[in-house]
Amino acid sequence: MKDEVTREERLDNLKGMGCSRKRVEDARFTQGKGNYVDDIKLDGMLFGDFVRTPYAHARIKNIDTSAAMQVPGVLAVLTAADLEPLGLHWMPTLAGDKQMVLADGKVLFQGQEVAFVVAEDRYAAADGIEAVEVDYEDLPVIVDPFESLQSDVVLREDLVAEDGSIPDGAHGPRTHPNHIFTWEAGDKQTTEEVLANAEIVAEESMYYHRTHPCPLETCGCVASMDKVNGKLTLWGTFQAPHAIRTVVSLISGIEEHNIRVISPDIGGGFGNKVGAYPGYVCSVVASIVTGKPVKWIEDRMDNLISTAFARDYWMKGRISATKEGKITGLHCHVTADHGGFDACADPTKFPAGFMNICTGSYDIPTAYLEVDGVYTNKAPGGVSYRCSFRVTEAVYFIERMIEVLAIKLNMDAAELRRVNFIRKEQFPYKAALGWEYDSGDYHTAWDKALKTVDYDGLRAEQAQRIEDFKAGKTRKLMGIGLSFFTEIVGAGPVKNCDILGLGMFDSCEIRIHPTGSAIARLGTISQGQGHATTFAQILASEIGLPADSITIEEGDTDTAPYGLGTYGSRSTPVAGAATAMAGRKIRAKAQMIAAYLLEVHDNDVEFDVDRFVVKGAPERFKTMKEVAFAAYNQAIPGIEPGLEAVSYYDPPNMTYPFGAYVCVMDIDVDTGVPDIRRFYALDDCGTRINPMIIEGQVHGGLTEALAVALGQEIAYDDMGNVKTGTLMDFFLPTAWEVPNYETDYTVTPSPHHPIGAKGVGESPHVGGVPCFSNAVQDAFRAFGNTHTNMPHDHWRIWKTANELGLHG
Amino acid sequence: MIPAAFEYYRPKDMAGVLSLLEQHGDDARVMAGGHSLIPMMKLRMAEVPHLIDLQDVGGMSDIDIDADSIRIGAMVTQADIIDHADLADVAPILREAALQIADPQVRYMGTVGGNVANGDPGNDMPGLMQCLDAQFTLVGSGGERSVRARAFYEAAYMTAREDDEVLTAVKIPLPEGGYAYEKQKRKIGDYATAAAAVQIVNDGGTCAAASIAMTNLSDTPIYSEAAGAALVGTSVDDAAIKTAVAAMLGDIDPSEDNRGPVAFKKHVAGVILRRTIERAWSRA
Repeated sequence: MKDEVTREERLDNLKGMGCSRKRVEDARFTQGKGNYVDDIKLDGMLFGDFVRTPYAHARIKNIDTSAAMQVPGVLAVLTAADLEPLGLHWMPTLAGDKQMVLADGKVLFQGQEVAFVVAEDRYAAADGIEAVEVDYEDLPVIVDPFESLQSDVVLREDLVAEDGSIPDGAHGPRTHPNHIFTWEAGDKQTTEEVLANAEIVAEESMYYHRTHPCPLETCGCVASMDKVNGKLTLWGTFQAPHAIRTVVSLISGIEEHNIRVISPDIGGGFGNKVGAYPGYVCSVVASIVTGKPVKWIEDRMDNLISTAFARDYWMKGRISATKEGKITGLHCHVTADHGGFDACADPTKFPAGFMNICTGSYDIPTAYLEVDGVYTNKAPGGVSYRCSFRVTEAVYFIERMIEVLAIKLNMDAAELRRVNFIRKEQFPYKAALGWEYDSGDYHTAWDKALKTVDYDGLRAEQAQRIEDFKAGKTRKLMGIGLSFFTEIVGAGPVKNCDILGLGMFDSCEIRIHPTGSAIARLGTISQGQGHATTFAQILASEIGLPADSITIEEGDTDTAPYGLGTYGSRSTPVAGAATAMAGRKIRAKAQMIAAYLLEVHDNDVEFDVDRFVVKGAPERFKTMKEVAFAAYNQAIPGIEPGLEAVSYYDPPNMTYPFGAYVCVMDIDVDTGVPDIRRFYALDDCGTRINPMIIEGQVHGGLTEALAVALGQEIAYDDMGNVKTGTLMDFFLPTAWEVPNYETDYTVTPSPHHPIGAKGVGESPHVGGVPCFSNAVQDAFRAFGNTHTNMPHDHWRIWKTANELGLHG
Repeated sequence: MIPAAFEYYRPKDMAGVLSLLEQHGDDARVMAGGHSLIPMMKLRMAEVPHLIDLQDVGGMSDIDIDADSIRIGAMVTQADIIDHADLADVAPILREAALQIADPQVRYMGTVGGNVANGDPGNDMPGLMQCLDAQFTLVGSGGERSVRARAFYEAAYMTAREDDEVLTAVKIPLPEGGYAYEKQKRKIGDYATAAAAVQIVNDGGTCAAASIAMTNLSDTPIYSEAAGAALVGTSVDDAAIKTAVAAMLGDIDPSEDNRGPVAFKKHVAGVILRRTIERAWSRA
C-alpha cells in the first residue's frame, strides 16, 4: 500500500498530546444529556433526608419520631439508636478521627444530622422531617479555636478518658480536650536562632477564612441492596469511588466483591466530594432495612452548612532576611479550626496536608512549621478546595509574608521575589521543610510575566495615581497584585502517601480492539476536568491510534482498575503516568508483532506516530491498526493473542507546577468596590496535553480564587449559626463579576513523569487567591497598610480605607 | 428546600381570584412571577396553604402610556419593562432600574406587581415607585381603590393592601427632568447594599423639583422628602448635595447584615445618593 498521507497529517489525525482537541464530554453536557446521580431513577426507589439540628452545641434529651411516622408516605425514621446495634452510629473519618453518623446524645455543629427520614418521595420526606420532635438542651457554643483551647467546655467527651486524662489522638499527643494534634516540620531550634540573630524580621498574623467548595451539583447517592444476590450497588458523587468501596466494606462488613460503587457524571467536586458523609451510610442502611433503593440528595443549604468546608487557618508568621533582602529563615504557626470532628481529607501521615510547602518558590535555608488542630462547634471538613492538600493556605501564607517583608525592607515586592527564587540549576531542590522540588525555571517565568504586563509602567502609573489621590483628583486607588506559586501535586508516592492505609498509586487498563480502536479504564473520575478527552490524547500519542477511536471510562469499580480517585491535581501526574506506562506496554508487544509481520528482528523496527517502520526502510511499515488486527487474528509464534495492558503507577515523587500571576485592580475608596482591570496568569504545568482544556481550567480556578479572595466565606455568629447558608450570601461569581483573563505559559517538564506533565487544575486557584488579595493590599500600601484579612468584600475594603483615614 | 403541601389554584378571572381570597382569608396568597414567594415557601418561611396563580387572569400585562401618565399592569415583567421602547422614552429610569434587578432569567419571570406588592425592603421597584409618586391600584371584594406608593409600605412585608385585595396595576405620572438609578450590590442577583432613585427638574440652572427615594436602607423603602427639598431652588452645587445627603441620612435606618455594619451602609448610602443626584442633574 502506498502511503500518500504526510507525517504531519498522520500526526494531526491522531489528535494526540499538545493539540486543543474539543472536549468529547461536551456533546452530552451541552445538550442536557449528562447522567448525574439525581438522574438515576430505579423501580420502587425511596427518598431519604435528614432532620438537622438548629443548635451548634446541645445535648439531645429525646427524639420523638411517632408523629413523623404518621405522615403519609413516610416509611421509616432512623436515629443513632437504630444504627448502634449495627455499629454504624459513628463512622471513621479520613483523618483518623470518628464522626457521628446520626447525633449520638449530642450535636456539635449547626446542621448536624440528627435523624434520617425515609419516605416514598422527597416531598413526603420533607414533611416527615418537620414532624420529628427533638428535645435539645443548650450547651455553651465555641466558634473560636483559641477560646476552645482555653475553655472548660469539652466538645468531645468521647475523646477524654474516665479519669479525665487525654489519650493520644490519631496524630500523637493532645494537650487539651479540644486539641486534636500538633504537627511539625523543619528545624525549630535553628530557625529560632536564625530569627533571633537576623538583620531584618517581619511578622504578621493572618486569618485564612473558612469557605466551601460549593460544587454546582451537591452531594448525593443512591444505595440499592439486592437481597437475592447479596450485592450492594452504590451510585454517588464520589471523587474516589474505589476508596469509598473499601471504606463501605470495612465499616459494613459486606465483602468488597459484593459492593459496586459507581460515580456517574459529577457536576464539580473541588474537594467537597472526597470524604464519606452520613448520607451515604444512612442510605445504605435504609436500603438494607427496606429492601428498596434509597436516594439521598443534598439541597444547597445542606451542602453549604454540613459537608466539607475548606481553609479556616489562623496563621502566624515570622520571616527573616538580610538588609539586602536575602531571606534567611521562616517560622509559621497555624491554629487550624477543624470543627466538631476531624474529617480532613489529607494523606494520613499529613494531618495539615502539605502545609509544609509554605517556603514557597524561595530558597529559604531554614524553616519551621507547627500546626495545632482544634475542635470547635462548626461543621467538620477541611478539604482541599481546588488545591492540593492545604497548598492554597501555604501559598497564601508565603506570598503574604513576602509582601510584608518587602514593606519592612522598603523594597519592591517583585524584586524581592526575584532575589530569593530557587535558581534553575538548584533543581531537584531539597526544601527546608522536607520536599524535593522536581524542576522549575522561576526566573524565566517571572521575567516573562513582568515584561508582558509592563510592570515598571504599572508602578509608574500607580505612583502618579497616589499623587492624584493625595491632590484630591481621584477617589480611586490602584493595586498591583503579584504572586508566584509552587504547587505540590500528584499524591503520591505510596511510601509516604496513603489515606487510611490505601496507597495513593493510580491505574490504567487498556484493551485494544481488533479493528484498531480501544477502551481505557482508569482509577480516577472526572468531575468536569475532561478526562475522556485528555487521557485519550495521551494514549493516542503513546500507541498511535486516533484519540477519537479511544473510549475512556472511569468511575465503575466493577470495571475500572483500583485507584484513589481525582483530587489534589493527581489525575495527570499519577493516572496520566499510568496511562502512558500502560500504553508503552501495548507498544512493546505491538512492536514484536510488527516485527514478525515485517519479517525483521524486533529491534529493527521503530515506532513512528501511528506505525512501526523498518529502520532505514520507511516504505516498509505496519500501522498500529494492522498490528491490532493481527494481534487477535493471526497465530504468532511465542506471542499470546490479544493486545491489552494494565499499569499501576506509584509515582517516585510529587510534581511541582508553578506560575507567575499579576492582577491590576482599581479600588473605589468610598464604596469599597474593586474593579479588576487586568489579570495575567502564566502557568508552567510541564508538558501540555490539551492547551484548550488547560486554559479552561485556568479560567475556572482563577474564578474560584476571585470568589474566595473577594467575598466567599462560611461565616458563623457567636451562637454557631451559619450566616452564609444560601447563595444570597455565599458568593459564587457569575460572568458579570469575572474579569477577562490573559493566559500564558512556559514549559518545564517534570523529569520523573513519563510524559513530563505536572497537573494544572488547581494551580490557578492556588496562585490566584494571593494575587487578588495582594492587589487589594497593595492599593493601600502607600497609606500604611501592611495586612488585612480576606475576604475583601466591599465593606472590609471600605473598613481598611476608613481605618487608614482615607474618608477624611 | 421543599415547601409544605399547598392547594394550587389558577382562576380565569379576577372574580375567581377574589372569591378564593374571600374564602381562605390570610391562608391564601396570590402569585405573579413567584420569584419572591416561592423561595420563601421553599424555605418554609412562608406557609401558604392556598396559592392562587394570577397568570390566567388576563388584563394585567399591558403597558399603556397616555398624555400625562403611564399604567403598568401588575403582571408586566422586568424584561417587558426593559424591552418597551416607548416606555424607555417617557420614563427611562424604569429601564435603568429594571436592568439592575437580579439577572435576565429572573427578570423574565419577576413582575412589577409582585415586586411592589410583596413589601420586601430589598426590592428595587418600591423605592423607585415612591420616587415617581406612583399610585397602586388595589382590587377587592369592595371594589377598586388607589394607594400612593409613598403611603403603601408599613414595615417589612407589611403593606396597606388588605388580605382580600389584589394589586392589579401601577399608575405613574409622566416623570419630568433628569433621572438616575444607582445601586451598589455585592454581586448579580443581590439586594442593594444601598440604592437611590432620583428624578430632578432643571429650570435654567436652578432645581425646580427633586424626588429622592432609597432602597434597602430601612425596613421599608424610604422616600426622603427632605432630601429632595434640599435641592429645590439651588444650583445643585456641592453644598446643596451635602444638605440633601444629610437629610436622607436622617430618614434612613439601616441594619447590620452580611453586607456590612450600619456605619458602612450609611456612608455608602451617602456616596450613592451623591452620585445619583449628580448623574440625574447632568441629564436634567
